Amino acid sequence: MGAQILFFLCAALILISAIMVVTVRNLIHAALWLIATLFGAALLYASLDASFIAVVQVVVYIGAIAIMFIFAVMLTRRELLIKTDQTNANWPLALGLSAVMLVALGYVIGGFGVTLNTTPAAIPAGVDPLTLLGKALLAPEAYVLPFEVASVLLLAAMVGAVYVAMNKK
Amino acid sequence: MNFWTDPIKLAFDGLMGLFSSWGMAADAAAVVINLLGIVGLISAVMVLDILLVWVERKVVARFQDRLGPNRVGPWGILQPFPDIIKLILKEDITPAGADKVAFNLAPILSLGSVLFLWAVVPLAATIYGVDLNVGLLYLVAAGAVGTLSIIMAGWSSNNKYALVGAYRMVANMISYEIPMVVALLIPTMLAGTMSIKGISDFQLEHGLFFFLTPLGALLFLISAIAELGRSPFDLNEGESEIVAGFHIEYSGMKFGLFYAGELLHAFTFGAFVGVLFFGGYAFPLPWGATNAFVAVFNVLFKGMVFYWVIMWVKYTVPRIRIDHMLAFNWKFLVPVSFTLLMVTAIFHSLLKDTGFWPYTLGMFLVNLIFGWLLLEMLRSRGRAEREQAEAPSTAAQAAHH
Amino acid sequence: MIPLSWYLFLSAALFCIGLYGVLARKNAIAILLGVELMLNAVNINLVAFWRYLDPTQMGGQVFAIIVFAVAAAEVAVGLSLVISIYRTRGTVVADELDMMKW
Repeated sequence: MGAQILFFLCAALILISAIMVVTVRNLIHAALWLIATLFGAALLYASLDASFIAVVQVVVYIGAIAIMFIFAVMLTRRELLIKTDQTNANWPLALGLSAVMLVALGYVIGGFGVTLNTTPAAIPAGVDPLTLLGKALLAPEAYVLPFEVASVLLLAAMVGAVYVAMNKK
Repeated sequence: MNFWTDPIKLAFDGLMGLFSSWGMAADAAAVVINLLGIVGLISAVMVLDILLVWVERKVVARFQDRLGPNRVGPWGILQPFPDIIKLILKEDITPAGADKVAFNLAPILSLGSVLFLWAVVPLAATIYGVDLNVGLLYLVAAGAVGTLSIIMAGWSSNNKYALVGAYRMVANMISYEIPMVVALLIPTMLAGTMSIKGISDFQLEHGLFFFLTPLGALLFLISAIAELGRSPFDLNEGESEIVAGFHIEYSGMKFGLFYAGELLHAFTFGAFVGVLFFGGYAFPLPWGATNAFVAVFNVLFKGMVFYWVIMWVKYTVPRIRIDHMLAFNWKFLVPVSFTLLMVTAIFHSLLKDTGFWPYTLGMFLVNLIFGWLLLEMLRSRGRAEREQAEAPSTAAQAAHH
Repeated sequence: MIPLSWYLFLSAALFCIGLYGVLARKNAIAILLGVELMLNAVNINLVAFWRYLDPTQMGGQVFAIIVFAVAAAEVAVGLSLVISIYRTRGTVVADELDMMKW
């Protein structure tokens, strides 16, 4: 019962703030609402026993990505002062497409029916998911290659970002 | 005996009995008691915070050869209370053009990001908020919330000084997060856990981490001072250029929340240095391992000692320029921290099976040699730069003669 | 208890909200905000499936971490492109960036 209340609170926080992200006019507010969404998702991860993911969500998304968004909005500030619409001419089409997508996804998920688990699987006694995660990330027979590729991607993106945004004089 | 080892359990059982006798369901009573515990911990920390105002003012006065507060109460110890009354009575101003919600939320988040930290501080073997298996990352995550509060304050004030201060502070905090995380990885690696209580307990058996990684402790202290935004890294306030930085527009108790948050943050990081590198709750008084009250004293005592070290640095070293601050981080601390991590990892795996004394002495020696090499490199670099700076002037002088 | 399908519905709704943001917003930064929402929807799915199917198989969490790295890379490159375009063209409205259109 308590778990369900927690789930509904998190889901309400995530969905309401996500709707605010895509609708508010002031982009700084949109970025702050994004932080609320991300925080709700972090709570959800914590309730799913994925403590590492929950904390990394706060560190990476709130501590780095959201702050970068706020910086970017400030650096392009003149756009904020324009009092015109923040949506383009195609927004009804976009709304329709998203609604169709939602119905379609809902239909597919509803169609899974009884094949989906209704309760979380039991974590075996003496098993710490955090230790397993550490081993999985670095074991050659598990995910070390994707992990290293991801770090190379991050490095390449970082160098590229510095190069692109550098003020060439 | 139970009272001395586990007073919290005793209080829990007592309250549980009381609530049950009132006819409350067991799990509802547990929720209420846990909430009471949270309120109790936060209240205790905030009372400590009031005391810290007095400590800070008294210590800075001594550094500057003054007396400090000495009128209200013995040694001026009651001085914070008139301060608080003054702050509460002041006019509470929200500037025109400010973003009201963000403006009012920022001081709360700023103090909150510090109070979050106390959830994971192991005050004794039996007294801690929660034993997270990702405790050290949680420490970094709370810092991320602090960064957010500062950028909110700076942006929502609608003031360019505030915005410049916030920019500087965020650049500072995001940069210095990297050496801090790497410095935290060292105890994680040595203890084999990210849980702060686990690290604290590990040092009970294997000796203080300060002796295994003194440079790691120093790195953590430096990046913690930068994270706090205290001098020499107090570019966010920079009284002489940007007046008060991100909290320029705040008045009354909202300013008080920033101020209280800063003091408590410094003390909290002092406590973390003590817990992570100086043996947790069982050092310097070894009875802390079994006696909860001695343990709490140990943690608070070490917190005060390192809080004093942070104040010592703050009131001795002048503020550095922003490009120097970023260069110091990216060109010095980050490479040094990564190298130190690798060196520590290699010698840890080489030496860990050699017994207590060879291991401890070996690790300490490795750190000493590493530090010496670092100093030599800095010295030769400094000499080269000085010669380069002096060379044209001597040439000019020779030409003049 | 909470059935797995609830998480899937939540994530589908979040994904569609993000999709709307990407398609309907004018400002390039706001479009990137929408992409972040969609990536988070994926992560909720990954973590929920990890927890409900087999918590000893870490694939779900590992790929959630890779999604974090990809999101960080995407934001770094995306925002630097936006700032670079803003410097040269003076706008961040996606509709007005039509030099390649003829």
